[in-house]
Amino acid sequence: MTADFHFHTDVLIIGGGPAGAWAALQAVKEGAKAVLVDKGYCGTSGATAPSGTGVWYVKPTSDEQMKAMKSREALGGYLAERSWMKRVLDCTFEQVNELAHFGYPFPVDEKGISQRTTLQGPEYMRLMRRQLQKAGVQILDHSPALELLADEHGVAGACGINNQTQETWRVEAAAVVIATGGCAFLSGALGTNVLTGDGYLLATEAGAALSGMEFSNAYSISPAFSPITKSAFYKWATFYYEDGTVIEGAGSHKGRSIIARTLMTQPVYARLDKADERIQKAMRLSQPNFFLSFDRLHINPFTQMFPITLRFEGTVRGTGGIHIADETCRTDIPGLYAAGDAATRELICGGFTGGGSHNAAWAISSGCWSGKAAAAFAVKQGRNAANRHAKGLSEASGVTKSVASSDAADTKEMIASVQREVFPYDRNWFRSEVRLQDSLMRLNAVWNELKNGVYDKERNIVRSRELAAMTATARWMYTSALERKETRGMHRRDDFPFMDSKQHYRILSGGVQEVWARPLGTKSSNHVKGVI
Amino acid sequence: MIELLSEDRCINCNLCVSVCPTNVFDRSRMGGAPSIARQSDCQTCFMCELYCPVDALYVTPLAEQTVEVNEQHVINQHLLGSYREAVGWGKGRKSTASSDQSHIILNKK
Repeated sequence: MTADFHFHTDVLIIGGGPAGAWAALQAVKEGAKAVLVDKGYCGTSGATAPSGTGVWYVKPTSDEQMKAMKSREALGGYLAERSWMKRVLDCTFEQVNELAHFGYPFPVDEKGISQRTTLQGPEYMRLMRRQLQKAGVQILDHSPALELLADEHGVAGACGINNQTQETWRVEAAAVVIATGGCAFLSGALGTNVLTGDGYLLATEAGAALSGMEFSNAYSISPAFSPITKSAFYKWATFYYEDGTVIEGAGSHKGRSIIARTLMTQPVYARLDKADERIQKAMRLSQPNFFLSFDRLHINPFTQMFPITLRFEGTVRGTGGIHIADETCRTDIPGLYAAGDAATRELICGGFTGGGSHNAAWAISSGCWSGKAAAAFAVKQGRNAANRHAKGLSEASGVTKSVASSDAADTKEMIASVQREVFPYDRNWFRSEVRLQDSLMRLNAVWNELKNGVYDKERNIVRSRELAAMTATARWMYTSALERKETRGMHRRDDFPFMDSKQHYRILSGGVQEVWARPLGTKSSNHVKGVI
Repeated sequence: MIELLSEDRCINCNLCVSVCPTNVFDRSRMGGAPSIARQSDCQTCFMCELYCPVDALYVTPLAEQTVEVNEQHVINQHLLGSYREAVGWGKGRKSTASSDQSHIILNKK
């Protein structure tokens, strides 16, 4: 493929959220040249930038670390690994302190101690962009990747397009880090509409596997009208029916299933009436965007009831993602690495989200490790490694890259048909074999249709790639969910309501045309054919 | 959703065109103010408001619904630029990240 712009570099990072930014910084530190491409704008893109997030920042004493490691092991169905948690805690502690050196204005408490367990997204990501610029990382904004490049030695770069100019780009690189985030299926949850699973599709087209895609059904509480997902604040909420009576058992943490069940038949309201004045003030100072939803509509969330919903966050707050082969965060494909929400977070969370805090720590740690390893891999290959005339891989999916004429299926309609399979609580929150099979049948039909090309009058080629990635992601999710015949972590099966000690393993999945899922370490697989 | 780009305030710097992660704005070909070209792609993340140096943008918290926004009305209610003020961005302000009190919220069980 000829492109309007050509770049040669050692490491290409796809995705400019926290994981990608840390990966690029680390690659440069190791003496590599780095190019970072972002579908939107590195600094505002992704789930972190517009929000505030906790960080799994724990004092590096064995007592504190042990307490932190134990705290969510049961919730995660015991699929997390202590050795990984320990590494992440160590790395995060070190790098968050580095952030203070970069100039992040951490608050100081009344005892004069710098508090480093939360980050304000806008501040954090603006600072990271500045660090990248200082370090000499070349940033290409509004530049979604459309396919990876590879030759017989492994992955060798990527091709894409500039969303604003429609000019094409080609980056030849000795190593690639995928840091494209998870997939929230354009649900509108804060900052997630750029997160459409693009990196999963890129990776699987190269032959990489995914892991834990059954842990993909995270939903966060938000006002029904607004995108602001901040479940943590609802710890101080009481939940009500429309007539003002309390919904018994409903809660932000343990009682979220009750909220989901109630929402299936009627609206649910919340009021943050358990927050005293001190907490109210702290909330306002901690999360200015949370209050935009209310202030701008003249609602007092502490005294007035407002309608809420559970907004789908898919694998962004789920724990599944690209399978990691070892502690360098490499995939099974030479030259290909994964970091952040694009990679599986089972290693530290198991099958249940650790929330923003674990994800932020994972983004920092996996970003650093993948960036470092990718740089070492690239430097070892020498200067010619990025000049291999490699070929694009998107043909592997069988999805055409050309834009179909207006009589072809419409992207918007097809996105809606994928959303209808993954949003509903009675399909995804509460799962069963019958409903999963039923959804897969329709998702396979969408896949077969989109292979023939889809029509989109605005951003055609990027949108059709996003549609393909979301459809593929839904198929991996449900194929994996069928394979796990038990309830573990966030994966809830109505037909298998208990945890089964015999299924204490990870489930890998992959394949683009033909989707498969199987327990890690086995060979037989549950295939779902893409062709009817 | 993004509802207002005040042409009175806009200085045609096109920063919003650059920073919007979902590419909602288009640069003007005539050198004037950018336009809200793809409103339905807006993900209501409020980032454009934060980066606009002259508080010319207004995003309503309504994710899926468009409403008419009267510029003078939101100015009178001190809403135009209110988010940028709340995070302490802009000349002469101090980032409120330094007064983040999440640790109080997180530590309270």
